[in-house]
Amino acid sequence: MPHEETVYEALDHAHGGEGQWAFGTGFDEPLAGVDTTVPDGVDPAELGEYCLMLGDDALVLAQRLTQWITAAPELEEEVAIGNVALDLLGQARLLLARAGSVGVLGRSRSLATESIPDEDALAYFRDPDEFRCTALVSAPNGDFAQTMVRLLVASTVRLAVFARLRESGDPVLSAIAAKGVNELAYHRDHAGRWLLRLGDGTQESHRRAQAGVDAVWPLLAEVFSPTGLEQRLTGIAVDPSSVRDEVRGVLTQVLERATLTVPPWPGDATPRGRLGEHGPELADLLGSLQALAREHPAATW
Amino acid sequence: MSSELTSEGGHGAVPTGPEVPVEPKAAATRRDWPLYEVFVRGKRGLNHVHVGSLHAPDDEMAVHAARDLYTRRNEGVSIWVVRAADITASSPDEKDPMFAPSGDKVYRHPTFYEIPENVPHM
Repeated sequence: MPHEETVYEALDHAHGGEGQWAFGTGFDEPLAGVDTTVPDGVDPAELGEYCLMLGDDALVLAQRLTQWITAAPELEEEVAIGNVALDLLGQARLLLARAGSVGVLGRSRSLATESIPDEDALAYFRDPDEFRCTALVSAPNGDFAQTMVRLLVASTVRLAVFARLRESGDPVLSAIAAKGVNELAYHRDHAGRWLLRLGDGTQESHRRAQAGVDAVWPLLAEVFSPTGLEQRLTGIAVDPSSVRDEVRGVLTQVLERATLTVPPWPGDATPRGRLGEHGPELADLLGSLQALAREHPAATW
Repeated sequence: MSSELTSEGGHGAVPTGPEVPVEPKAAATRRDWPLYEVFVRGKRGLNHVHVGSLHAPDDEMAVHAARDLYTRRNEGVSIWVVRAADITASSPDEKDPMFAPSGDKVYRHPTFYEIPENVPHM
């Protein structure tokens, strides 16, 4: 019998047969065919940094969610969480590629070899202090109830931002947002459905859901605080303080229907995560994400 | 699920038949999530097709679980979920009396008629 081409060989042949970088995200460029010109009057470095903020939120939350793989309570839920994480990874890929397309790469470009795409260089070769995600997404998962609470909060915030980002003056950001709102609506609804059942469920599920809410709520302190960058990018970026009321409204509605107590809203705090100041939990998370790629940066398959 | 239940016609679907017990043994169910059968209609399809099954806590979660499990590759535009216990299936032991008599009645096939050209879907 002649040797039948395996799926991997077929993919390799279809893309030039030179070997793909072992830790890469895909075989095609995420922004292929897209006009990546920076709009007039916009500082590319600032645009790129804003893309890192949104992209890192998605990348880190995806990584947190995938910690449930092989450990989810039911098989169906494992696939659902995996799907949410994959959607977020796709958003991260587009946003990090946009940051790379405007030249915002920091130290990562020098650590990654030439053949590694920008978005992969940014994901694997940046140090924690170069990440621009909020404490909301880098916080540990906790139990299933707490995970769903955090997913509800994070996706409600992100959906509100993306809904407004569709009007962005940067056509690439506006397109990414238009694609993302459908995904985020589903994520928010998935988490909301779970929270309704856990909150308005048994005594044990209610206790855990309330504990999850109490643990996640303080993380809202940084989420609506602008850094000044969003305001300088008028018409391009979304000022996070502009979504505060809408997000609070949605979260209150869900929690009340779930018979959960809404904790007092935290006051606005300095958005440390957006400025690169993170706790040790992010370094741990990035350690497991990046370790293999950093050890074998030139590996191909 | 109890091993006395046969699954012809769908996983966990309850067959009719005199000697097949309908109630599962009390200790058999490990979880409280009932089994659902999933039917998906594709973009170019006219009917829903059975694609598999899943466990879910209730009907609404079942539809969304089906979206996550069975439409990952853009397979469909419509999902139906039905509790497996609500499906009545024919018993494999009754296969002969149920289906054999229709094998030799050629007059039931419309092969003696010519279908007019402007009649669709025939």
